This record gives sequence, C-alpha cells and structure tokens, in this order.
Amino acid sequence: MSYCHDPLNFKCQITNSYPHFHNLQELHHSASLATKVFIQRDYSDSTICKFQTKFPAELDSRIERSLFEETVKTLNCYYGEAEKIGGQSYLEGCLACATAYIIFLCMETRYEKILKKISMYIQEQNEKIYAPRGLLLTDPIERGMRVVSFANTWDVFLSVGTTLKELCTIYKL
Amino acid sequence: MKNHEYQQIDPQALVTPTPTPPPRPLPEHKPRRARRRWEVFPGKNRFCCDGRMIAARQSGVLPLTLGLILLTSGLFFIFDCPFLVKHLTSCIPAIGGVLFVFVIISLLQTSFTDPGILPRATPEEAADIEKQIDNPTGSSSSYRPPPRTKEVVINQQVVKLKYCFTCKIFRPPRTSHCSLCDNCVERFDHHCPWVGNCVGKRNYRFFYTFIISLSFLTAFIFGCVTTHLTLRSQGGNGLVFALQASPASALELVVCFFSVWSILGLSGFHTYLVATNLTTNEDIKGSWSGKSGNEDVGNPYSYNSIIKNCCSVLCGPMPPSLIDRRGFVPSDDSVQTSPVEIELPAAKNDINMVGRAVTSGRPLPRPPVITLQQPAISIQSHSTA
Repeated sequence: MSYCHDPLNFKCQITNSYPHFHNLQELHHSASLATKVFIQRDYSDSTICKFQTKFPAELDSRIERSLFEETVKTLNCYYGEAEKIGGQSYLEGCLACATAYIIFLCMETRYEKILKKISMYIQEQNEKIYAPRGLLLTDPIERGMRVVSFANTWDVFLSVGTTLKELCTIYKL
Repeated sequence: MKNHEYQQIDPQALVTPTPTPPPRPLPEHKPRRARRRWEVFPGKNRFCCDGRMIAARQSGVLPLTLGLILLTSGLFFIFDCPFLVKHLTSCIPAIGGVLFVFVIISLLQTSFTDPGILPRATPEEAADIEKQIDNPTGSSSSYRPPPRTKEVVINQQVVKLKYCFTCKIFRPPRTSHCSLCDNCVERFDHHCPWVGNCVGKRNYRFFYTFIISLSFLTAFIFGCVTTHLTLRSQGGNGLVFALQASPASALELVVCFFSVWSILGLSGFHTYLVATNLTTNEDIKGSWSGKSGNEDVGNPYSYNSIIKNCCSVLCGPMPPSLIDRRGFVPSDDSVQTSPVEIELPAAKNDINMVGRAVTSGRPLPRPPVITLQQPAISIQSHSTA
C-alpha cells in the first residue's frame, strides 16, 4: 500500500481539496470543528450591545491588532446606531403604538435594516481580511449577540491530515 | 478477516475517482425532511404556524383571559350599545370598538411574541467559559468551587452577573432564567399566567399597551353599563326592573367591578416601573432600593428623567429575536460520516474536540473529511470493530 508509506502523498490529496473550501459557505461549516476565540460583551455602558476591544492573545500571530480593533469598533458603532434612542426610534415607536404595533408585522424595523448592513460588513471583512489569514468571523446574531467569534480555519486541514496519517500508522495499511 | 478487508483498499482508487455506488453512510436517496430550529428548541415553549408564533408550554389562564374579554365586550356591544346609541351618542360603540381592538391585538402580541429569549450556548462557547472559570486570574485554590458570578461596572455601580447552569452562559445584566419556560429572558419582568408567556425586553411594550387599554376598556364598559342601568331605572322603574330588562348588563357589571381595581392597580404599578426604568423582578427583589442592605445603590439603568425612561422603554428600537425559529437545522446525515466514528486509541485533542461536539447531541455541519469519503469510507465502516 504505497500511499501510506508516503503520507505526504496522501496529504496532497487533502491539499487538492483546498479549492472546495474557498467558498465562504463551506468554510463556515468546517470552521465549527476548528478552535475558536470568543470576544465577549462589554457591559460597562449598561445593556447596549457592545463588544470588548481588548485584543486576545490567541490572535497575536494571526492578525494585526489595528485591523482587529477596527473591526470590533465598527461593529460597536453599528450596534450603537441600531440601539440609539433618538428621533427616528421615537417616531417608529409612536407610530407602532398608534397602530397597535401592527406595523411591526408589515415593515422592517430600523434595527433589522442595520443588522443586514452588519451582516454584509462581516461578509466583506471575512473576504478581504480574515479568510486570507485563515480566520472566520461569525456574526454575533448567530450566537445570541453574546460573542463575536473568530474561528481558525487552517487548523481543520492540518488536523484532518494528521488524523489520516495516524490511521495509516495504526492499521498498518 | 479484518485485515483482508483493509487490504482491499486499492491505492488506484485514491488517485482516480471511481464511479462506485454511494456507500452505506450516505443515504442520499433517502429523502429526510429538513427540520426547522423550533422543532429542536430546548426550552419549554410551544410554537404555532411553523415557528412564526411562540408561547409558553403552559398556556396558563390565557383562554380564560380571552374568554372573559370576548364575553364581556360581546355582551356590551349586543345588549348595551343599542340602548346607549339611541339615548346618548353613537360614539360609544366606536370608542368601545377601538379599545377592544387594541386590547385583543396587544394581548395576542404579548402572548405570541418572543419575549427576548437568549439561545443556549454552543458547546464551544460553553467550553470557553468553563476554561475561564476554571483558570481564574490569581491564585488557584482547589478547595473552593470555581466562582460562578462575574462582576461588571455599569454607570459606576458594581453589578453581579450570574452563571446560568441550564443555558451555560453568564447572564447579561437584567436577564433572568424563567423556570416555567426554562429559558433565560433578557430584561426579564415576570412570567404572566394571564397571557401565558414571559414578559421581557421584546414584548414589554405590548404588555403595557395591553394592561393600559384593558383598564380603559374595563372602566369604559363599567361606566357605560352603569349609565345604561341608570337610564333604564329612571322614571320610577327602579333598579330591579332595569336588571330584569337587561340581565347581560348585570353580568358585565360584576365582571368589570371585580377586575377594574386589580387592572387599574397593575397599570399604575407598571407605569411606575416604566417611569423609573425598573422591572418587576428587580422591584420585588429590591435590587436597587437598598432593601438588601446595600447603601448608595441606585438603578444604574435609569436615565434619571421620567420622560427619557418612558421613551426608552416604550418607544425604543425593537430588538430582533435572537432565537432563529424558522431556520433549518443542519442535516443529521453528516453525523454518520464524521471522522469521530474512528475511535483511535491515540486520538489527539483535535479529534476529541470533534468527538465532544458530536456526543453532546448537536448535529454537526458537514465536516471537511467529506471530500475524502471515496477512499476513506472502507476504513470508517470497519472502524467500530
């Protein structure tokens, strides 16, 4: 069984499948197996949605601090804008109250519009900045707005290669 | 013999993709209905209209609430309105109608809206939090159990965040776990049996509209029925004659009389809560009033202005639902093809991580090894031997 005595050849089989995962959708699925770094919420400004900008040590070698901080600060700005209590939110609230809140069933609220903007921003950041560095940023709305998670996608491929190498060794193929 | 079966793996098959029939673990031709997330929701909730509406599993006395409102209003429109329109003004059924519509719509919205349920932590998140709890900064004492509270400072005040063992998260401020619904709810006010749902961040404004409009409706019906009976008993007829002429009014009178005080009281109480930006839960526990012996505590969430508090609670932006009820659960097929079934004696941490994810019962998304299925399937099918 020549392929096992040359595990590198086998690994090449895996690397050839890299193109399968350059699609962000597939990366998303595979990233759930990888190690993750979670950025928790910052509650110092009461219950508004804000994430900590402290740079985690695990990302030290993977991404520049400035890029990370810019991403988290932009996300915080978006959420701050969504939860801002000002003229537009009062208008929306009063109109909703006057119509017995039926307009919530008919039209998209300001918050929902901003969430769509956030989701597009995250996708853009993933494509331009994080995917080339082997990271995947997940939208906080998928985690109940509790955390921003960075998944390390490169570990997946290494771990799969290691698994198969061990298989060959153990079963003496 | 097993060795024979292993040796059947042809290295040529690895290099050239062979058009072999799909192996056992891939039931592609068996159409499995994709399930929506509400079908696998862990809390004690009931879902209607394919996940569009959510309520508590115990509907409480919601049918009674609806029944009483519909009955009393129905009797009012049928028996009292014609008389009053004839003798007073036709505005009465119009006002009654508007109030009735407000009451019913806000009641249904309170009952069937997600109150602000927080989804439970994913296994990775829970593991991350456990890691942080087990390794606190500072001394590691093996005698004390790891702390399950976290302190944050909000508006120069220390607030303790508790760890929820069911949801495996540190609860955000003002969040509480409802034992009836088995969910953590943001800005938890109380679980209302009359509406059959929790009252929290997302449906508090509907609840407030409901009780205010119900107070108005109850008081309005009470007033109208009293006027009706007074008008009928004029001219020397007496109250008994009036009640005999319109027996439905007697029933309405009784229902309204007994409910108006409690509903008015509740409205007044919640108006106070809205003006001070408090929740029922915080008020009862005395979190910010110094009842628990803390001095110099004030509500850190209050804007110290009645108008601003009211506006932020009632007219603030409507937050989205954090539980994705109508999304689809990732396919369960991938569990069978996952690499975890290969139980290696010298399994490394990364495999264990995947193993833990699968054994926790959550369906895995498609793992990357799927691209290697053609060569690797034979190994997998014999791996459990």
